[in-house]
Amino acid sequence: MSLLSVSDLGISFGGVVAVDGVGFSVSPGEVFSIIGPNGAGKTTLFNLVTGIYRPQRGDVRLAGQSLIGLSPHLLVRRGMARTFQNLQIFFRMTTIENVMVGRHLAERSSFLSDLLGLPHVARQNRLTRDAAFALLERVGLAAHADANAGSLPYGALKRLEIARALAAEPKVLLLDEPAAGCNAIETEAIDALIVEIARAGTAVVLIEHDMKLVMKISDRILVLAQGRPLAEGTPRTIRDDPAVIAAYLGDHGSREADRAHG
Amino acid sequence: MLKSALRSRWATLAVLALMIAIVPLIAPSAFYLRVAALVWIFALAALGLTILMGYAGQVSLGHAGFLGIGAYGVAIGPTHLGLSPLLSLILAAALSGVIAYVVGRPILRLKGYYLAIATLGFGLILALIFQSESAVTGGPDGMAVARLTVFGWRIAGAMQWYWVSAGVLLLGAWIALNIADSPSGRALRALHDSEVAAAGAGVDVAAKKLAAFVAAAIYAAIAGGLLACMNGLITPDAASFMHSVEFVAMVIIGGLGSVLGAVVGAAFLIVLPQALTSLQEYEQAVLGLLIMVFMIALPMGIVPSLRNWLTERLA
Repeated sequence: MSLLSVSDLGISFGGVVAVDGVGFSVSPGEVFSIIGPNGAGKTTLFNLVTGIYRPQRGDVRLAGQSLIGLSPHLLVRRGMARTFQNLQIFFRMTTIENVMVGRHLAERSSFLSDLLGLPHVARQNRLTRDAAFALLERVGLAAHADANAGSLPYGALKRLEIARALAAEPKVLLLDEPAAGCNAIETEAIDALIVEIARAGTAVVLIEHDMKLVMKISDRILVLAQGRPLAEGTPRTIRDDPAVIAAYLGDHGSREADRAHG
Repeated sequence: MLKSALRSRWATLAVLALMIAIVPLIAPSAFYLRVAALVWIFALAALGLTILMGYAGQVSLGHAGFLGIGAYGVAIGPTHLGLSPLLSLILAAALSGVIAYVVGRPILRLKGYYLAIATLGFGLILALIFQSESAVTGGPDGMAVARLTVFGWRIAGAMQWYWVSAGVLLLGAWIALNIADSPSGRALRALHDSEVAAAGAGVDVAAKKLAAFVAAAIYAAIAGGLLACMNGLITPDAASFMHSVEFVAMVIIGGLGSVLGAVVGAAFLIVLPQALTSLQEYEQAVLGLLIMVFMIALPMGIVPSLRNWLTERLA
């Protein structure tokens, strides 16, 4: 039973077709990756799915309900969270406060009780902080909880974004290039984290350029080229698909894939 | 331990209370108390901007307009409607909030420079209304304001106004500090850095911005009402564009987002011109120069820079 199902999604900007007829579905606990050369429409597809762009055609359904037309802050309520390709960290806040913001929907308080500093606000703050700290431990950032987020290294910020997204307890987690710009060790950590998130029952949708990572942890892969779906299947079938090799992976990519699968 | 104590809201309130307690002990005459009361009142208005600009990152160049609503509210209520000054103050603050709510909805969709210009336009319209509706507002000459009476106590004299304005400022600071460290405050500070990520975390960005805008307008209106009552007179100048710019300067010089910063910034821009009057025609130039020097030397603002310096010393 698929949790997230995307069908026939399409959008064009000023006559340029960015995404055209893309559909896929993801089940709980599955890692579903979207790959494709630069400009293939991967991030646009993410922005369509997460309500940042409104699709001109097609549908996005989460647990059977359509998400089309909902503003981004309402999508979280339905169980969808994401990270961003270019980091969207709250740089003026501490590491733990970043994750605490991710708990926003779980927090029970009103603007009025907040400005009066009622006792239950302090209680709520403690609950939120505890939950955020547990998430920081999970992504290995607990030691930096009270550091300014701006002072963390790049790889740590990537994991911080994941922790913040997880704070909303999403059913579907969309990760836009979580390992981009990370070194081998940082990539390894993110790799293990994604596998663990999926194992806990969350559906993970992943955009990633690191083929080694994609081939290793994906259950299924969708290949986009020029906004259209080129192929879909398991890492093995994708790696062996001549059309994919020609369009995207090239010699280098398939060698990488071979190595990853040993 | 000391580090976290320096950050806590009680430390901020204690420092503010200490400042308030010391001034009457060292002030040589009632004139100084009056200047100090002005500082507390303008600091209250600046605190509103701290919530809107400092926390949420939304610029307003029309803040003095809301100050004008409060000031003219306490003038018009007793004169034309026969209301008590205190009730007029409360109603004016509420009205200011309602106007901010109505105007804020379309305006806050704009960002950065565009928001600044839209709030500027709004402030200019208000200033124009105060200036030209002579039948109600007294026109450019302004109007007299009845003395403020609270439960039979008629507030008069520099000393009484000093304590009243200081008390209201402490209350305002307490509220602003409460917001900072609450779910709403985190949402505001988050959308300051990234609206898309804040929305991605479930923050209703438009609603939170509007709440900050309304809160700022109420702060300004209460400050305006107190200002008018203390002076016993209000002129359209209070709502002028120059005052809006001054409020922005106060929160930036003091330290954007810092509650104590808003107070220090207000003190800077109110006390310095008084202290520089002996320079006569050079006063404005020296004031401008001092603002530049402070911004270059302490780009984060006075209070955050001092706090960093202190925590480094203690670490």
